[in-house]
Amino acid sequence: MTNSIPEIENNDVLFVIGSNTTETHPIIGLRMKKAVRKGAKIIVADPRKINLVRFSTVWMQHRPGTDVALLNGMMHVLLQEQMVDKGFVTEWTEGFDTFRKSLADYSPEKVEKITGVPKKDIVRAALLYGEAKRPAIYYTMGITQHAHGTQNVFAIANLALMTGNLGRESTGVNPLRGQNNVQGATDMGCIPNQYPGYQRVDLPSIRAKFETAWDAKLSDKPGLTATEMMNAAMEDKVKALYIMGENPVMSDPDTHHTVKALKNLEFLVVQDIFMTETAQLADVVLPSACFAEKDGTFTNTERRVQRVKKALNPPGKAREDSAIILELSRRMGYDMKYNLIEEVLREIGGLWPAVAGITYGRIEKWGLQWPCPTLDHPGTPYLFKGGFPRGKASFTPVRYEPSKELPDKEYPFILTTGRQLFQYHTGSMTRKVKELNIVAPEAYVEINPADAERLKIADGDTVRVTSRRGSIDLRALVSERPYEGLVFIPFHYREAAANILTNPQLDPVCKIPELKVCAVKIETGHGGQ
Amino acid sequence: MIDLSINGLPVSVPEGTTILDAARFADIPIPTLCHHPKLTPYGGCRLCIVDVKGINRPVTSCTTPVTAGMEVTTTSPTIEKLRKTILELILSDHPNDCMVCEKAGDCTLQELAYFYGIRENRLDGERRVYAKKDDNPFIERNMEKCILCGKCVRICDEVQGVGAIDIAYRGFNAKVCPPFEKNLDCEFCGQCVSVCPTGALTGKAWGQRGRQKDIKEIETICPYCGCGCSITLHVRRNEVIRVSSREDTLNEGWLCPKGRFGYSFINNAARLKTPFIREEGKLKEATWDEALDFIADRLGKVKAKYGADSIAGLSSARCTNEENYLFQKFMRAAVGTNNVDHCARL
Repeated sequence: MTNSIPEIENNDVLFVIGSNTTETHPIIGLRMKKAVRKGAKIIVADPRKINLVRFSTVWMQHRPGTDVALLNGMMHVLLQEQMVDKGFVTEWTEGFDTFRKSLADYSPEKVEKITGVPKKDIVRAALLYGEAKRPAIYYTMGITQHAHGTQNVFAIANLALMTGNLGRESTGVNPLRGQNNVQGATDMGCIPNQYPGYQRVDLPSIRAKFETAWDAKLSDKPGLTATEMMNAAMEDKVKALYIMGENPVMSDPDTHHTVKALKNLEFLVVQDIFMTETAQLADVVLPSACFAEKDGTFTNTERRVQRVKKALNPPGKAREDSAIILELSRRMGYDMKYNLIEEVLREIGGLWPAVAGITYGRIEKWGLQWPCPTLDHPGTPYLFKGGFPRGKASFTPVRYEPSKELPDKEYPFILTTGRQLFQYHTGSMTRKVKELNIVAPEAYVEINPADAERLKIADGDTVRVTSRRGSIDLRALVSERPYEGLVFIPFHYREAAANILTNPQLDPVCKIPELKVCAVKIETGHGGQ
Repeated sequence: MIDLSINGLPVSVPEGTTILDAARFADIPIPTLCHHPKLTPYGGCRLCIVDVKGINRPVTSCTTPVTAGMEVTTTSPTIEKLRKTILELILSDHPNDCMVCEKAGDCTLQELAYFYGIRENRLDGERRVYAKKDDNPFIERNMEKCILCGKCVRICDEVQGVGAIDIAYRGFNAKVCPPFEKNLDCEFCGQCVSVCPTGALTGKAWGQRGRQKDIKEIETICPYCGCGCSITLHVRRNEVIRVSSREDTLNEGWLCPKGRFGYSFINNAARLKTPFIREEGKLKEATWDEALDFIADRLGKVKAKYGADSIAGLSSARCTNEENYLFQKFMRAAVGTNNVDHCARL
C-alpha cells in the first residue's frame, strides 16, 4: 500500500477493484465502512455482487479479465472531461502524450461492449474518482492473477498518475496483501531476481556488496519463480526442491501438473506445521514451529514491521524455522552465526537502509512502517510524498487483451476463484479449526439462479465442474452474486480443489498465473461423492 | 477549546467533547456500562450521571457536551447513592452465578458491584427466563445476564455494518435478539463478545478453559491475512485458549472470525512433532540428526551432479522476516542459486 490502514477512513472516494475486501481483509473492510459513515463514496468494480456492493455508490459488474478495458474507459472519460491534473503530470510524470493517444480506442460505448458495464456507470465512476480530493484505489488478486496482470496494474497506476492521486495522505494506490507476511517475504528477498530490499541480483556492484556481507560467492543469474520451478521440475531442470511453509499442491494452478512435477523431483524437502498435501509427497518432512511459538517480525500490507512474540513451546520435537535453516546450513558447510534472532534484523538493516531504524525495542507496542532509515525516524505512513524515487513516474500505455481461455460451446462458463470469510488460503490452518468448519464445511460453486434453472440445478445439488485440466464434484450454491455465465469456487477445500480446474497460463512479466479466469462446464447426475 | 472545571480542576477540551470524555481526558473516573469510545453515545445505563452547577438534576455525562465555564461534580454522596440504586436495579434480575460465570474477573458489572459493596440486593425481583437457541459454534448467549446496554447492537450496526441483532419488545420484556428471535446467523466476527460488559455474550471456544489468574497474555500479530491485526494470546498450560485484541491497537480491537476464533490449529493433535524420512515409499519417523544429515548429503550430491541451479527453494509468506531472510541467504550463499521464491503470486 502507498497509504496506511488508518488513512482509509479519511478517503472521500474509494475505488475498490478486484478485491472482496470484507471477506479477504475483514478489518480493512471495517475501515472502508467507517469511511462510508464519514461520508465517503465507494466505487466497486467486481464481477460478483460482493458484500461491499451494499455500501457502494457505483457498482460495475465487469466480466473477469476485462479490467484494462474498464480502466481505460474510465480514463477516456477523464480525458474527455479534461479532468487531468496537468500540474502533476508535467512535474512528476513522463510519457503522457503517447499514453493519451492510447486511450482513443476506449470510448465508454466500446468499453460497455467488452466489459458488460453500462456506459453511464463507467462515466459516473470516472467522474466520482476524478472529482475526489482524497481518493484511493484498492485492489487484490482480482487485478493481478491474470495472464495480463502486470498490464492491469499499469492501468491502475496510469489512472492514479493522470489525476495526480498519489503521494498524499489518504490518497494513493493500495494493493492489499493477502498473507500475514507476504510483504515481508518479498522485502526479505525471497524472490528470484532480487536480494533483500529489492536490490537486483544481476547488478555487479550490488552482488559484490552481498558477497562481502555474506562472505560467499553468489550467482549472477536471476532464478526461477515458484510457478517456473514447477515447470522446470517437469523438464528435469530442477532436481531438488526445499519448501518451507508453502502448500503448492493446493495453491498452484492445475493441481495435476503440480503433483506430477513434484513427483518428478529427485529430492523434495517440506518443512511445515502440518502434514499438508505437499508434505505427503516429500522425501523428508521437517516439523516446524507456528507463529505463536517464535519471536520475530511480520510486515503487514501497509509496510508496517510488527513484533511477533513467542507465547508457547512448539509441540514434540518441532523447531523454529530459523533454527532448522541455521543447522542445515551449518551441516552444508556454510555456518551462519546469530546469538539472538534480533541480530538477523540488524543484519538486514545493514544491507537495506529502509529498515535500518527498526529495532525490536521500538516496535514493542506499535509497528513501524518502512522506509525507516534511522533510529529516530518515525516511519513512513504514505509513500511518494514530494516525488518518486526514480525521478519521474512513467505512463505505460496498456492495450486490452482478452483472457487466455474464454468460454466456448463445450466449456460455456467463466470460472473465477478466491477466498471466503471463514476459511483461509489452502486451508492447512483453518480446516483444522472445528468451529470454522461447522459454518463453512465444504466446497461449493456459486451459480446464478438463471443458469441453475436452465441446467435444472437446485441449491445444494452436487454438480461436476470440468475444465480442460480436470474436474471436481461439489455442491451448487445458487446465488445472485455471480452474473449469468459466471461461476465462483473458493480454493480452500482439498476434497474439491479449485486449482484442479484453473489455467496455469502465466503473465509474461511477473509470472503470475491466470487463476481468475478459465472456462468450465457444469454437469449434473454424477451422483456426488 | 472549551474551558470548564471538573471537581474544581480546570480542564480544556475541544468543542463537542462530552463531559465523560473530558473527565476521562483529565483522568477522573466515572463509571459506565453502556459507553464505548468508538460508538455513538447511548445514555442507557445512567451510571455516568454527574452534577452540573445550575442544572437542578443530575445529567448523563456521556451524552452532554461541555460548555464554557461549566462546573461539573462527578462524585458526591447523592450521586453515589443514585449510582448504587441504579446498580441494584440492574442486579435485581441478574443471576448471581459469578462463581461459574465465564466473565468473572473480567466483568464490568461484577467490578462495579464490588466497588459499591452490593452483597445483598434489597430490590430482588422477578427474573427473566430465556430459552437458549444458539446452534452457532462461536458465540454463547446467556441473555438473562444481559443488561440491555446495547453495545452489541451498536457495534454490529456501526462498526461491522451487519445489523444482525437489535433490541426487541419493551420494558421488562425487552431483549437483544436476531430478527424474529431466530438463531444467530451473521459474520461471527465476535465484536459483540468483545464489548459485552457482562457474561451475556462469551466465546464458546474458551468456555470453562481457565480463569484470568492462570492465564498468561502475550501480544502478537494475527497469522492470517495481511491486515496485521494485533492479537492477545491467552495461554494456559502451553495452550492457546482464547484470542482477544486490545482497543489501543492498529485494528482498534476489532477482529474477524478467523482472527478471533480460528486459533485451535495451534494445539491441534495433528501438528507435526517429529521429522520424517521416506523409506521404501513410506514416511518414517526420524531424528533431527538423521533428517538434517540426509538433506545435507542429498542436496550436496544433487549440486555436485547437476549444479546449484538444479536446486530450488520456496520460502513462506507465513514465516517471519528473519526466517525469510535466513532462507534466501541459505539458498543464495550456502546452496549457490537464486532459485528462491514464495507464494506472492498465488
